[in-house]
Amino acid sequence: MAELQLKSHRFRAEREEDWRRLERLLDRAQKKGLRKLAPAELLELPVLYRQALSSLSVARAISLDQALIDYLEALSTRAYFFVYGARASGWARIGGFFRRDWPQAVRAIWRETLAAVLVTVLTAIVAYGLVMREPEWFHSFVPGGLAAGREPGATTEALRGTLYPKLSGKEGLEVMATFLFTHNSQIAIFAFAFGFALCILTVGLMAANGATLGAFLALFVQHGLLFEAVGWLLIHGVTELLAVMLAGGAGISIGWAVVFPGDRTRLDSAMHAGRRGAVVMGGVIVMLFFAALLEGFARQLVQDDLARYAIAAATAVIWGVYFYAPRRLGAAS
Amino acid sequence: MTPEGVDLRLEVGAYVDRLAALLIDLLIVAGVLLALTLVIFLAFLAALRTQDELLARLLAMVWLLGFFVLRLGYFIGFELGAWGATPGKRRMGLRVIARDGRRLSADAIFTRNAMRELEVFLPAAFLFARGSGVDGALITLGGVWTGVFVVFPLFNRDRLRLGDIAAGTLVVKAAKVKLLRDIAEAAPATVSGVAFTHAQLDAYGVKELQVLEQVLRGGERRTMAAVAARIRTKIAWDGPTDVSDGTFLSAYYAALRHRLETGLLFGRRRRDKHDVAAQEKT
Repeated sequence: MAELQLKSHRFRAEREEDWRRLERLLDRAQKKGLRKLAPAELLELPVLYRQALSSLSVARAISLDQALIDYLEALSTRAYFFVYGARASGWARIGGFFRRDWPQAVRAIWRETLAAVLVTVLTAIVAYGLVMREPEWFHSFVPGGLAAGREPGATTEALRGTLYPKLSGKEGLEVMATFLFTHNSQIAIFAFAFGFALCILTVGLMAANGATLGAFLALFVQHGLLFEAVGWLLIHGVTELLAVMLAGGAGISIGWAVVFPGDRTRLDSAMHAGRRGAVVMGGVIVMLFFAALLEGFARQLVQDDLARYAIAAATAVIWGVYFYAPRRLGAAS
Repeated sequence: MTPEGVDLRLEVGAYVDRLAALLIDLLIVAGVLLALTLVIFLAFLAALRTQDELLARLLAMVWLLGFFVLRLGYFIGFELGAWGATPGKRRMGLRVIARDGRRLSADAIFTRNAMRELEVFLPAAFLFARGSGVDGALITLGGVWTGVFVVFPLFNRDRLRLGDIAAGTLVVKAAKVKLLRDIAEAAPATVSGVAFTHAQLDAYGVKELQVLEQVLRGGERRTMAAVAARIRTKIAWDGPTDVSDGTFLSAYYAALRHRLETGLLFGRRRRDKHDVAAQEKT
């Protein structure tokens, strides 16, 4: 036997068992989840991790066995991310999100949200004006699939019919709601992600949305159905449009942070805006879920104009107070 | 750097590896979606035959939700897990970390994956938009513009893609490494007659030692013969010549390492054979 003549041999022989033990623990924890570990093992993990780290420091100083150092580096890295890594969020986190994080993030991007609203409103006005003067413009603003018979040539009666769908009890309202939810959420995620491209694509999406809105309104105004159409739109539109505006705002805030980082570095600024945007977006998807429920069910079931306006107003008040009402911030945290 | 003050010397994941990881993930997602669609389609047919309307509606909902959830949820869910990596990334030995070394938060993971819409799906949309009535020049223009995002990671040191920038994350190598046998330990340290003088051992430094380690671990005969010949000339070997190359190299490795590690304990680190400063002090 080559008696342990090297210091680095003795060093390795003394600690190798601990390293292997840490490796086995990590394997099990990552494959089966933390809960499968016994309490004693859980306590052991950070201790073993620190031992591996100190072994690494020592090995770098005294050992010239490159394979050993590589191994210790990889092992320490794995253990490091396990000890300090991501934790699945518990209920407390979700509570904190609705109580504090989300409204805060939404308030923080109010300027960008306002910009998204302005873009939408302006393009809506332009599209409205154009369609009022020349109905043929309608087709440039509204994609064919969305119009679904609501076209300049349609009769007033047909248009009225689209506002008050007759229920035969056979429609899959929940399927409709699901479709609206997934579709709108995807659009919202686009609006958010596209903001990185210097805001241009997000603003474009907002403008397209506004143009469609304006064109529709013009169509209904021409047939004297403004009051009814607005009720039809706003019952879910308050929630949905606000959610889309917020998604657009989050997107714009990222693009803005990249172009004008202020006193942060560009990377830091982008990261800050990106993470804040993610918080907003988490909430936007929740909002779109409610909006889809309102659009898929309430709009079909509630046929009375005044009731529709009442629901729209109620949602507006709820979201407004929830996001923008002043509150004590310290209390929650 | 860990909170314990040890530098882990992480390596940034290579672009090719990440591309491969993404392809694997997209294939998995596509496969699952295809399977889901097939299963639901068959169940849907069955539901139609039995006039089970409730089931049909339920299936339609599951299908719609499944598409939406898988597109983003697959990436987010796996990266939130204990591995910090999707199956594709795990396969390629990669994982996601937060750039500041702190805990990887859910917001960051959402952002880095939402940005994929811009980086992957948008260029793809331009690619497939051909022939659907959109102006060709416009498509090319848009394709070029969004194509910039695809190659973006090649133009910065940390291989950050847009999503990484916006989320403050980084993709690093995190492959498992097996603990290999210490070859100096395995070597018959005192092979009969194979002994080296200090002058013979001082011919090389740490860098050469590690190259020698690689050669020995590689175990390829021709390389070993060449290296052994080089060393024999360099140190003017005058011992027994009937020792095999492998034994000679192992013995030299063990002796050299002993010499250099003893030097380390006395605070002398000889980087390579040109590093004479460390030698002169002996």
